[in-house]
Amino acid sequence: MPHLLLPYVLANAAGPEDPASRFIRLLTVFLLAMWVGFEVIMKVPQRLHTPLTSGSNAISGITVVGALVVAGALSSRFGTLLGLLAVVLAMINVAGGFVVTHRMLAMFSPKKK
Amino acid sequence: MLSLSSQAWINLAYLAASMLFIVAFKLMTSPRTAVRGNYLGATGMAIAIIAACFEKPVLESITANGTWPLILLGIAAVIGAAIGTTMALKYPMTGMPQMVAILNGFGGAASTLVAGAELFNMNVAATSADATLAATAATNLVPWTQFAIATALTGLIGAVTFWGSLVAFAKLEELAAFKKAWTHPSRHMINLGLAITTVILIWAVCSYPNQTLLYWLLVIVGSCLGCTLTMPIGGADMPVVICLLNSYSGLAAAAAGFVIDNSVLVIAGSLVGASGLILTAIMCKAMNRSLVGVLFGGLGTTASTTTDDSIYAGKIKSVSAEEIAMVLEGASRVVIVPGYGLAVAQAQHAVRELANALEKRGTTVEYAIHPVAGRMPGHMNVLLAEADIPYEKLREMDDINPTFPETDVAIVIGANDVVNPAARTDPKCPIAGMPILDVDKARTVVVVKRSLSPGFAGIPNPLFAADNTLMYFADGKKAILDLTAALEKG
Repeated sequence: MPHLLLPYVLANAAGPEDPASRFIRLLTVFLLAMWVGFEVIMKVPQRLHTPLTSGSNAISGITVVGALVVAGALSSRFGTLLGLLAVVLAMINVAGGFVVTHRMLAMFSPKKK
Repeated sequence: MLSLSSQAWINLAYLAASMLFIVAFKLMTSPRTAVRGNYLGATGMAIAIIAACFEKPVLESITANGTWPLILLGIAAVIGAAIGTTMALKYPMTGMPQMVAILNGFGGAASTLVAGAELFNMNVAATSADATLAATAATNLVPWTQFAIATALTGLIGAVTFWGSLVAFAKLEELAAFKKAWTHPSRHMINLGLAITTVILIWAVCSYPNQTLLYWLLVIVGSCLGCTLTMPIGGADMPVVICLLNSYSGLAAAAAGFVIDNSVLVIAGSLVGASGLILTAIMCKAMNRSLVGVLFGGLGTTASTTTDDSIYAGKIKSVSAEEIAMVLEGASRVVIVPGYGLAVAQAQHAVRELANALEKRGTTVEYAIHPVAGRMPGHMNVLLAEADIPYEKLREMDDINPTFPETDVAIVIGANDVVNPAARTDPKCPIAGMPILDVDKARTVVVVKRSLSPGFAGIPNPLFAADNTLMYFADGKKAILDLTAALEKG
């Protein structure tokens, strides 16, 4: 099924943007997001350290987006297999991370008597 | 009017998700808004996941194969979500450090697999009969392009994260084989060898992106490195390791974003990377140690010249629950200092009962939390919150230290190094300069401990021999229960 590979590769290709510009564009995004991250999280109270760790952990499961695209393309059998495994692992990370953070934060909130 | 292509809509959805992640992080830094922050983060993730299913490669694949791709993706996602949710709901609160460690690892592994799959597919495409396809794939497989470099880095960071997290999990679960930190002197040579091999393989993957085997070799070496770097790190340094692995999992996702040219991965990944790095710095500062020291140093245990005997001989006052109860009866302010021992003994509910008994008598009870008490950042806060202890009573180190001179009784449960006054007085001891809780300044100090064995730093604690210290040798939970009973009887 070689024709199936075409859209897949085209989506990954540089397109009208030359490779160097593409790299610099992503690098800009990377550095600015790092900066925002440092600024936002600089002052976090100690008792939120654990929920912050587990919550950010869940967000690092964003790699599920890449996994879904690479698996969903069904380009090659081996690639799809790896992609599906990545979907499972990343979803464990995402779901587990958000649920466990919620469970922890629920304990922190003042209880109704 | 600007008309939006379907790819533009997808990118717009990614942008919305990225903004939600940033707001989520912002809200996570305040106790009142943290729950909402978590919801927003989950919403952002849901938006990104839905958008991913509309990406061109997936849609084209649906057109060609029918609903098969969606069914496969749905099954995989549901399996993952079910496992994750079950783990998160079933795992006991005392096991949170392990839980966080293992979830981290899965994220890292997923990034490694994504990059591996991309590399493999790209190579398949390059040999395709379709000339246009082969040519476009070939542009990505040129040596030392963004694709090749990012793929190598994703594979490496993801593998280190996964195996480092597994070792951290095993250590925190106290599996027998991992109980002792691996401190064999040969470890530095082994790490050096692995590091050199890693650098060579990164170069190889970047230079020959058409050889997928090189990528998997790099993943294997990275896996070994993840293990050998984490194995020597002792229990008390675990908070640093957890933060660092957290940061790595974010950086792996960001690197994967460079592989597939996707900015939501880059943004979310670097946010996590930054937050992990900040927490790492906070933890290191709380121990007065450098990151390099934690990662490679281990603790020098022979630096101190003082021995157990010269400090403890004849000065230890071992007392019973009844005697401590008598001291507590006259106290108007009591500060409880929890440590990892409290988590091990699962004594948080017992502590809550003791505090209730004291408060019934009109005593003020507060808790002093050291930033690195326990095995993960904020560990004690989670543990005490589980026992319904109101968080206003948990005070941070800088906040509570000035109040110790006005404290009648400080009760230390399962903590050792974080209350060791030698950090202030003995410039030669391994923990010299580490900020500690000044419990020794309280009028009376009660230390609940199983024995006189030293803490993680392996050094004797002069606090135990101080004039105002009473030692109560027992298991944490039983000790507190007996103490409560004695107090209520008296």
